[in-house]
Amino acid sequence: MHEEMRKVELIIGKILRIGVVTSEIVILIGIALYFLNGSGYTGSFPTRFGTIISGIAAGKSYAIIMLGIFLLILTPVLRVVVSIYAFYKEKDTMYVIITTAVLIILIIAMLLGYRS
Amino acid sequence: MNSMLLILLMGLFAGCLGAILGIGGGMIITPILTIMMGLDIKYAIGASIISVIATSSGSTIAYLKDDMLNLRVAMFLEIATTVGAIMGALLVGLFSSSFLYVLFGFFLLYSTYNMVRKLMDKKGENVYVGHDLIVDKLKLSNTYYDKSEQKQVDYSMKNVPGGFIMMWAAGLASGLLGIGSGAFKVIAMDTIMKMPLKPSSATSNLMMGVTAAASATVYFFNGSIRPDIAGPLAIGVLVGATIGARIMQVLKPKIIRMIFIPIILYMGVQMVLKGFGVNL
Repeated sequence: MHEEMRKVELIIGKILRIGVVTSEIVILIGIALYFLNGSGYTGSFPTRFGTIISGIAAGKSYAIIMLGIFLLILTPVLRVVVSIYAFYKEKDTMYVIITTAVLIILIIAMLLGYRS
Repeated sequence: MNSMLLILLMGLFAGCLGAILGIGGGMIITPILTIMMGLDIKYAIGASIISVIATSSGSTIAYLKDDMLNLRVAMFLEIATTVGAIMGALLVGLFSSSFLYVLFGFFLLYSTYNMVRKLMDKKGENVYVGHDLIVDKLKLSNTYYDKSEQKQVDYSMKNVPGGFIMMWAAGLASGLLGIGSGAFKVIAMDTIMKMPLKPSSATSNLMMGVTAAASATVYFFNGSIRPDIAGPLAIGVLVGATIGARIMQVLKPKIIRMIFIPIILYMGVQMVLKGFGVNL
């Protein structure tokens, strides 16, 4: 039983690493651009998807950093999603259900957060 | 440039300590940002929540690789914390927050006392290996390799319902009071469920990121997360947490407990005082 769990953990670990490294690289690119060209904004920063995307398209450093931070916020969600898949592959039905419940509650919480 | 470097270094320290203890590091970051750097509390809280997620994800990579955490315990208890956090967020304003600060503060002080007793125990860090119906049913018992003692440690746990309720309360506290709940999570696993301290800390690290992700979206979209602060902080914390996860594994459990005790004592005193209207 423990051997199966090891496989699950290693899959989750690998994918989590990809997520974390991606967000690190994006944030570092943003910080490097900040020192080259400044923030790209005067006294503000983008917080909505629309303004972040248009900021990135214009090569503004703050928009790129915000994207990196948002990717970082998603890494725990990624971990839960991959866990469901990993438990499913190990045919551990009980934990597929438990982890899916966690994901649903988490999504509800995030939606409540976006609305408020 | 200087302030970014300072934030990076602070993140390095907070991430390292957070990864070792299974706490988020908000208690280090918030006072430095507000008192030393004069930042608005709103941005300090936004920065703390990013620090929690970075500590969690950074250390979890190492803890998964080294088989230190207990994924089943994390997922099962995560139901309790996330439900608690949502209820807390919805119930804000219905309860007197000063009463809650006093309640949770006293709980931390009581836990400090318990931890000191455990530290003084002549038998040392004994590992619970008994059987329990719920533990067996949920397949929660596990094993980890203790690098400091160079041995494989098989462990079980007990009192899962008690731990579940404590986790729910931890989620509720974080939703209602906007405080991190890593310390409560470690206490639930270590003190209530009798899990060994190292897997408790590693598992708390994994869980606190999931709990924090929900509140982080709120702070992200309401403009509490500043790129010039959260950006360098995230990098510092991620690197610090990776280092901390390495250090934790070679530390003796007793040493980790000795670092943990003054921190929850400080948090407990701070919360009780805050409940009585005194801000430290």
